[in-house]
This record gives sequence, C-alpha cells and structure tokens, in this order.
Amino acid sequence: MESAFNLGWIDYLIMLVYFAFVIGIGWALKKYMKNAVDFLEAGRSLPAWVTGLAFISANLGALEVIGMAASGAKYGMATVHFYWIGAIPAMVFLAIFMMPFYYGSKARSVPEYLKLRFDEKTRGFNAFSFAIMTVLSSGISMYAMALLAQTLLPFHFEFGPFSEFDFYLVFAAVIVLVYTYLGGLTSAIYNEVLQFFLIVIGFSPLVILGLVRIGGWEGLKEQLEVVSLAHGFEKDAFISTWKYAGSPEANPLGVEWFGVIMGLGFVLSFGYWCTNFLVVQRAMAAGSMAAARKTPLIGAIPKMLLPVLVIVPGMIAIALSYMPESGFTLPTKEGSDVLNYDMAIPVMLKTYFPTGVLGLGVTALLASFMSGMAGNVSAFNTVFTYDIYQSYIRPDKPDRHYFRVGQLTTVFGVLVSILAAYVAKMFNNVMDFLQLIFAFINAPLFATFLLGMFWKRATGHGAFYALIGGTLGAAVHHGLTAPAGADSMVKGGWLVGGIDHVLKIYPSEMAQNFWTAIYAFGICLVLTIIISLSTKQLKTEGQLKGLVYSLTPKYREEGLAWYRKPEFLAIIVLAIALVFSILFW
Amino acid sequence: MGLDIKIPIGFMFSLLGLLLTVHGIISASNEALYARSMGININLWTGCFMLAIGIILLIFSRLKIFKKRLEENIKKETAD
Repeated sequence: MESAFNLGWIDYLIMLVYFAFVIGIGWALKKYMKNAVDFLEAGRSLPAWVTGLAFISANLGALEVIGMAASGAKYGMATVHFYWIGAIPAMVFLAIFMMPFYYGSKARSVPEYLKLRFDEKTRGFNAFSFAIMTVLSSGISMYAMALLAQTLLPFHFEFGPFSEFDFYLVFAAVIVLVYTYLGGLTSAIYNEVLQFFLIVIGFSPLVILGLVRIGGWEGLKEQLEVVSLAHGFEKDAFISTWKYAGSPEANPLGVEWFGVIMGLGFVLSFGYWCTNFLVVQRAMAAGSMAAARKTPLIGAIPKMLLPVLVIVPGMIAIALSYMPESGFTLPTKEGSDVLNYDMAIPVMLKTYFPTGVLGLGVTALLASFMSGMAGNVSAFNTVFTYDIYQSYIRPDKPDRHYFRVGQLTTVFGVLVSILAAYVAKMFNNVMDFLQLIFAFINAPLFATFLLGMFWKRATGHGAFYALIGGTLGAAVHHGLTAPAGADSMVKGGWLVGGIDHVLKIYPSEMAQNFWTAIYAFGICLVLTIIISLSTKQLKTEGQLKGLVYSLTPKYREEGLAWYRKPEFLAIIVLAIALVFSILFW
Repeated sequence: MGLDIKIPIGFMFSLLGLLLTVHGIISASNEALYARSMGININLWTGCFMLAIGIILLIFSRLKIFKKRLEENIKKETAD
C-alpha cells in the first residue's frame, strides 16, 4: 500500500511556520537566560496554567498519541483506564500531598530530594538511571519520528550512505537542540504548551470527520458491537470501561479490576506521575507553592478530556475497518495478517484530511515528537548538571559555570540521543531490552517516596537496598511468568527457559506488566520497612524538616479564597473523573 | 519569565488560522478536494476556529499587560 501523504504547498507552509515560531520562541527567551536557575529551573517563575499544560503535554509525546490511538483500536473504550484511573488520582495525590515536599524543600530535582531525604547512594542510583532513561527515550522518539516521516513524506533520496531517514533525524535533532540550547527549560515548557494547542486544533477535525463518516457517537457504538463480537466478547465490550472488568477473559485488555486499580491505577500511575522528574519538573518550575500545587490539578482537567482526541480516533479506525462499505482498512504488519494498530492515526489523517488541515495534522504530530524529545533533554540537563556533574564531577563552582555546563549538556544530550536513535534502528531488541530494565527500576520507586515522605523512620540504607530488591523482584517475576503467546524471552519466562515452563501465564502482556509492578512495589515497601527498622536513622529530625510529613508544618495558602485553594480544585477534579467513569461504565 | 507565551502562540494561531481560512475560501468550489472530508469544508471551519483562538490569546495577553500596568501605577501612586 502506498502510504505517503499527498501534501500540497500549503501543508509545507504550515510546517515551516511552526518551525519558525519554535526557533523564534527560543530566540526570544535567550535574553532572559542569565543563570543556572533560569536555564535549568525556568527561574521558578511560570504561571500555573502554563506549567499545568506542560505537565500533561510532557507526557503527550507522539509515541503516546500514536500508542493511545493504537490501544483505542486494539482494546476500545477500556483504554481510558490509562487516563481516568491511571493518571487523575496520582496527579491529585502529587498536588495535595507531595508537592509541598518537592517545592518546599530546597531540592532542585527529584534525585536531589532523595539525597536530602535519604542519602547519596539513593540519589546516585535514581540520578544515573533517570539520566540514561531520558536520553534513551529521546532517542527512541527521534528514531520513531524519522521512521514515520520516511513513511508519510513523499521525499526519497540517497546521498552516499545517507537517506531521507538520516536527514529527518538530524533535522529534528537540530531544531530541538537550537531551541532548548537558547531557552532551556522555559523553551521546552513553552513548546509543550504550543504543542498542546496544536494537538487540540489538529486532531479535533479528525475526530469530527471520523464521527461524521461513521454516523455519530451512536453509529460508532453500533459499529463497535460488530468489532466486539468479532473478537469473541460481549457486544458492548469495546464501549465499556468497567462493565467487564470482573474477569480478565471478558474484556479486551485481558486484565481484571484488581490488576487495573492496583497495577495501573496505583503502582504504575503513582510511580510515573509522582516520581518521574520529567513531569514533576514542570510543577517545580511554577512561580509559587500555590502554583506548583495547582499545576497537576490544572493539567488534570484537559487530561480527562484527552481520550476524545487520542483514543476515539483509534476506536473509529477499527470500527471503520470492520465496515466493508467504508473502504477504510488499517494496514497489516509486514509479512503477517495482524493489523498494524500504530497506523490508526496516520491512515485516518491520510484518508479524511484534505491539504490544508493535513498540514496542520502533520504539524501537530511533528510538534509532539519534538516536544517529547525536548522534554526529555531538558529533564536530562537538570539531573545531569545538578545531580551528576555538580555532585560527583565538579562541586563548588560559581553559578555561571553550571549555567554553561547546562547549555553544553543540551548539546551532549542531543548527541547521545542521536546515537541512541541509531542503536534503536540497528538493534531493535537492544532497545526493548533496555526499556524492560528501566521498567524494572521504575516499578518499585513509588514505595520509596511514599515511605520517605510519610514515615520519618525510613532510612537511607532501607531506601537504597529495598529499591535494588524491588528491581530484582520485578525482574524475577518477569522471568518466571509470561503473557499468552509470548514469542521471545524479552516478553518473559527467561529464568525458566521459555513460556513452556513458566509459573503463570497472564492473558495479556499488559496484565503481566501490571502484576510485575505490583510485586515490585510490594517487595520494595516491605524491604524498606524491615531494613529501616534494623538500621540507624542517620538523619536528625532537624535535617528531615520540610521533607517528611510529620516534621513539616502544615502548608496553608494564606489569603486564598476557599474556591481557589488546591484542595477544592482537587475535589472537583476527582468528582469529574468519577462522573465520567460512571457515564462510560 | 519575561516572555508571555500567549503572544507567540496567539500570533502563530492567527497566522495559520488566516492561512487556512483563505485556503478554505479559495478552494471552496473544489469538490474533488473535499470529497475526502465528506463535502465538509474542513479547512474553512478549522481556519476560523484557529483564528478565533489566536485572537482570544492575543486579547488575553493585552489584558494582562493592562492589568500589570494598572497594578504598577497603583503601586507608584501609593508609594508617592
């Protein structure tokens, strides 16, 4: 199938305008970059609506957009679990309970919080794993972008050993480098806000046209019944969220309610939204404690509505594929008859967008790739400069020195990302393997923060060794189990020599992931408690002030009316999420 | 931060909105082009909507400047 877009001059013009503004924003910000705090922490001066939109946008990279549409096509409505149960409660928890410690302590990054609260080795473990992981994500994002551009854009050329693939990759890297180098974290955050607006305006017409084509929401529901039955489920399984969560076999996700709530809603979601510096950094860039606490809450409101833009297109795509008269089909993966769900968004764009909005849709996609890279690079910058360079390589230098290092780290980060992109291109398995390792490292992390913030007895040794234990626990669980139909050891069963000998076969990969996380969290929680109780607390109560709940004076927003307090906003957010969950039960 | 993000996004959306609107008007009679969007002139609609967002953002950015100036003036007056 010929998959390249039919782009006209106006489409290229739109992309050009976007590139011009992105560089322009970086350029305009350059004169405000005077020291390391400006460059690496956005001067801690941004309004809450900006950090709030950046907070969710940092997670809305193109891989997320394409992946969520793919899940929408593969699992239907249940994909919203990743939004309503899998993000909102964690974002509210971060805002209300954790932000006071992140923002109120003198920590400039999440790893630095771990140093203040626990010790150097816990920080080091977190800083190094986070730094490597962000550069890797940035590289994977770059690789995916170049690959998609190669498929969708009509240019094909070769220049010695290089082709258009290399050109796209380097071009995107250079743009990201220029604007992040010029404006630092502020530039990255501003471009995330821009990207948010672009995604909304670029994808809304896609949803509208798709719904028009299929006969509105009712038409979509009707057509998805056909899809559900064809997959062997009850006819409303693809348009239900919780209705069939009673048993893993009855719903397309292959996970039961406990796995969804504990694995996704609690361990994975809290682990990501509350401890991942990529998103937490956005809130820490806010201008005041009140703004920092409102950041995740303001982000939560559009976050709840995003499924309309990123999941519904996937649902429409699969529904149309089962409607012969629509003439729309998802392509199959090369050399097999499995549908390539990742193509849902690109094929929808190609089928329903005339030139003009097509350029806008491509630009929105491009913007989310680039801001995904820039987000990772800016988080990498801060952690590398403060937690690695300043801590282990050159401490006690003047601020100007670290400002310069921050800038140079941008170049370094982008170069390593390019390298990672080529590793991903040449050895796909290596990337799968590395991502798996990082999933193991991340899984237990929330237990450490939870105990660190709410139990003053938790010690540095407890935190560090339990983190290692939790990571190993995740690896062992993964090595002893496998998802149904696993075809390689990367999917599980590597400890016992393959799927035939595993202790448990999960109905889906997702179920296995959720349970790996649950075990890792549990092991880390128990180990932290046991080791902490058997080791000495080396931090004095004075040192832990502002870092632990019971030793921190309760933070109050002075002079804010009750309806402007974060607590009130939090209740509203949770209420809306609950109403949505019931409406789309 | 000294730069108000509403300004660049406002300008960019106004510009792209205008571009799409004009493109939508010029190409309105091109049935072949809009066959894929089921006869809907999606360029015109999206363009108008985008232009509106751009203008609203720009107005908001101006409003804020007004507010700031007002606050600064008040501060100066009370200081005097």
